[in-house]
Amino acid sequence: MAKDGAAKLSKNLLRMKFMQRGLDAELKKQLDEEEKRIISDEHWFLDLPELKAKENYIIEERSYAPCEDLVFGRMSFRGFNPEVEKLMLLMNTHKEEEDDEEEDNVSRMETDITDEEMARRYESLVESMRKKFAKKRDRSAITKNKEDVNCDAVDNRPKKAFLKPQLIFV
Amino acid sequence: MQAAVKTQRRRSLSRFRRHTNTGHSRCFFAMDPVHACFKEKIGEVLLPGDVFSFRLPESGDGSVKTDKIICGPGLRRNGEEVQVCKSGILRHKPPNMYWIDSQQRRYVPAKGESVIGIVTAKSGDIFKVDVGGSEQASLSYLAFEGATKRNRPNVQVGDLVYGQFTIANKDMEPELVCIDSCGRANGMGVFGADGLLFKLSLGLVRRLLAPQSEIVKDLEKIFPFELVVGMNGRVWVKSKTVQQTLIMTNVLETCENMTSQQRQTLFKRVAEGSL
Repeated sequence: MAKDGAAKLSKNLLRMKFMQRGLDAELKKQLDEEEKRIISDEHWFLDLPELKAKENYIIEERSYAPCEDLVFGRMSFRGFNPEVEKLMLLMNTHKEEEDDEEEDNVSRMETDITDEEMARRYESLVESMRKKFAKKRDRSAITKNKEDVNCDAVDNRPKKAFLKPQLIFV
Repeated sequence: MQAAVKTQRRRSLSRFRRHTNTGHSRCFFAMDPVHACFKEKIGEVLLPGDVFSFRLPESGDGSVKTDKIICGPGLRRNGEEVQVCKSGILRHKPPNMYWIDSQQRRYVPAKGESVIGIVTAKSGDIFKVDVGGSEQASLSYLAFEGATKRNRPNVQVGDLVYGQFTIANKDMEPELVCIDSCGRANGMGVFGADGLLFKLSLGLVRRLLAPQSEIVKDLEKIFPFELVVGMNGRVWVKSKTVQQTLIMTNVLETCENMTSQQRQTLFKRVAEGSL
């Protein structure tokens, strides 16, 4: 094996990490530039002007179901299959609800608790919160007023405010 | 002949003039020429090759708000134009849906439609289902309610399955599922312990599935029965006795070409038991 001054190694071999540790910075730069040149030559690109995608205002729909508002396919009549009848109600009212909601802007959510019960609960909640944060004197006033449902008794006591001490000339 | 050509040219010119006028009155009136093109043909018989062409005014600063038009089956978009590709009557649903109402017997799978399929093969993780289209649809065994890898659904070859298409286009094999997007079955899946499966034309099937369908209302009065209608033309009927089931089948097959008057007299006779 002839030992040349600088063994003629291939470019790929020189590009490997263990070979580059001994290289100077210049050689490294040269190798990098050559690599970039190779890559940019092989890199393909489209030589076209920038095209803007046109907004499509025509939508294609392949199915008849949304066009004609077709109903659910399973049907049962006169109580032949009660589960299917329940399903019919479910699926068809679901569709009707969608239509109704589109028509009017106010959409009512499905509630488990009725509005009246909600109002009653809210009332008691307000009372308890008020009592919690009221001063001791006011707390007793609140309980007294609560017993009087018709609001007959009017509280005429003046509220005990701070009286500034004044000089009284006798 | 020449006179006809002249009037055609005049008509197309007037359409063009209408466009340039509305170009000034921007957004709100921009779609009027489009809808007007369609409106004059609603309820008329159209043939394949008829074209609706309308050119919207160029949006300079993009302030023209265009509403979307939805072309249903039978209409196809071709660049800026809409072409008719099936012969039939043009129908309209407000606000912006147009389609061609046509009759055919051969079913073409479309996404979102619910169909009745017959399981023909079990291969690995999927079932092959015959839906009456050009290809068999595939139905994954996980596409049933409550199905997991350990808990396989009880589906045998020859079972009837009611499912929806998730993928259905001309380039790929259609795929069925028997659950909805939330994972609930909603009546889909295997059905049909007894009863009879038969085939109807697609137009009649759509009439059966229409909201407030008269045929269904008339049918109700005859016997109590159960009906599953697939949009691929397949219908399954079950009634208390075999005779009643056969009567329902015959009645459905014959009422395709009847007027509503004839149909009602037929149903009355059937209900009285004379048939």
